[in-house]
Amino acid sequence: MELLIRRKFANKVALTLSMLAMGFGLFWLAWILLTTFELGIAGISLDLFTKMTPPPGAGEPGGLLNAIVGSAIMVSLATALGTPIGILAGVYLAEYGRHTWLGNSTRFINDILLSAPSIVIGLFIYAVYVAKVGNFSGISGVFALALIVIPVVVATTENMLKLVPDTLREAAFALGAPKSTVILKVTLKASTTGVITGILLAVARIAGETAPLLFTALSNQFWSLNLNEPMANLPVTIFKFAMSPFKEWQQIAWAGVFLITLGVLGLNIVARILFRQKHKN
Amino acid sequence: MSATQESSANTAAGAGKFGDWLFFNLTRLFAALTLILLAGIIVSLVVGSWESIQKFGLSFIWRQDWNPPMEEFGALIPIYGTLVTSLIALVIAVPVSFGIALFLTELSPVWLRRPLGTAIELLAAVPSIVYGMWGLMVFAPIFAEYVQPLLAGTLGRVPLLGALFAGPGLGIGLLAAGIILAIMIIPFIASVMRDVFDVTPAMLKESAYGIGSTTWEVVWNVVLPYTKVGVIGGIMLGLGRALGETMAVTFIIGNTNFLSTISLYAPGNSITSVLANEFGEATPGIYTGALIELGLILFLITLAVLVSSKLLLLRLAKHEGTKT
Repeated sequence: MELLIRRKFANKVALTLSMLAMGFGLFWLAWILLTTFELGIAGISLDLFTKMTPPPGAGEPGGLLNAIVGSAIMVSLATALGTPIGILAGVYLAEYGRHTWLGNSTRFINDILLSAPSIVIGLFIYAVYVAKVGNFSGISGVFALALIVIPVVVATTENMLKLVPDTLREAAFALGAPKSTVILKVTLKASTTGVITGILLAVARIAGETAPLLFTALSNQFWSLNLNEPMANLPVTIFKFAMSPFKEWQQIAWAGVFLITLGVLGLNIVARILFRQKHKN
Repeated sequence: MSATQESSANTAAGAGKFGDWLFFNLTRLFAALTLILLAGIIVSLVVGSWESIQKFGLSFIWRQDWNPPMEEFGALIPIYGTLVTSLIALVIAVPVSFGIALFLTELSPVWLRRPLGTAIELLAAVPSIVYGMWGLMVFAPIFAEYVQPLLAGTLGRVPLLGALFAGPGLGIGLLAAGIILAIMIIPFIASVMRDVFDVTPAMLKESAYGIGSTTWEVVWNVVLPYTKVGVIGGIMLGLGRALGETMAVTFIIGNTNFLSTISLYAPGNSITSVLANEFGEATPGIYTGALIELGLILFLITLAVLVSSKLLLLRLAKHEGTKT
């Protein structure tokens, strides 16, 4: 009898601890989001979107216009560059290379790259491009971000194509369609939503990436659209401003953190909703 | 297919065939490119750090001084910081993630599973710079005022263990960085654990429940042994993430290259924080080379950890394939 009581007690303790663990996880999410929103919204003003980043120490108000535009340019170019490569490699993994040597090794390496430290990607671009050209530039930031986009898109494209039933492929083959047509017109089309989900997740991933930009795009205090010069961007600007002793700079950094969090979490939620709607029918 | 058949095919089919060939090779090229990328990263880092590798050799790993003006570089303190913060993160994150996975698979009502799972996964989506800024401005002051004195007064009095919690609590430092890292890797470990718990055959669990086991006994004696390999794979994945995390650590680790105590309250440096702080200002030559060598060491360590994580998870997947 005593054994039964002890077992039930152990069970109660374990389950309570499990519930506490769940609460622990949610607690941090809530705390981080609350402070980010509270301090971030306080810093939102029209200046943020119309003025350049302020020079050090000056009392004049500043904004994040150049950083927002720079980030938007680099993120869109990196997505445009990385997405086609990622989709094509993903198509190979799902349609041609399910059991080939190349397919298996690429799948393995891709999963590793997905979790590899992004700061090393920055070092890689520095070593092969920035050091050769001789100066930090927006375009090198684009390259670094594109290398982070690729594994994300490869993985989602492959998974989404695998969800397409084989009967669909067989039906198209039976009509005499060549394999490339089957892939482009049938299987890829059937998984468009899934692939878009992957692209959205990739954008969310790079929008907040700071480490790979430190040695590539660097940052720029001024307005510049020249891809061969250092380019302002939100994450590095936030890093610089948050570490500074000036109150106004920290205020701007919080507003930037708020914008990034809102954008990244928004993209994640949209991607999830898209995916779920598609797989309901 | 013979040549005569091919030549007799009409032109449209010929174009289709060429298109097919082209498309196949295009996709194969890009798949191979991903593969080459990994080799390219390693080669370029070795080339970039060659000057430093030649000058310091293997002793780079255990040399302690980091003195750019004197051109003396050693990686001991950054490597120590990276390993210690990641270890702290694991000590906290593993039990918590296990609890979360247990909750999501066995305890939570079905309608709550998805929203709660999503909330935990969103924790992984928050960019690391947000964790960093929040950690420095919000978490560290509270940590220094309430938690560190509490730890010093309790764990700090235990013999031997106490040395880890000695000294002034500044908020920022190795311990704070480890805690922030723990929060960041919990979602990764928890979702792998949840996914592998879900592959345990229902029949196994039901048999255990059938002979009167409690939920805890089912999880501890049936689910966990069955998914052991996957659980370790998930933990390794979390470790890989923690080792390479940059911004959050840079904000909060304290950034100093001197270390004289084993106290976790002390500020330090990790490989990633040294890179983030010093690379932009480093003079080309041996200084840059030493920094790139740090990056190379980091990459090789994470690579080993992530490869073993992946192999373990693949083993579980194969195991599962034979059972069902």
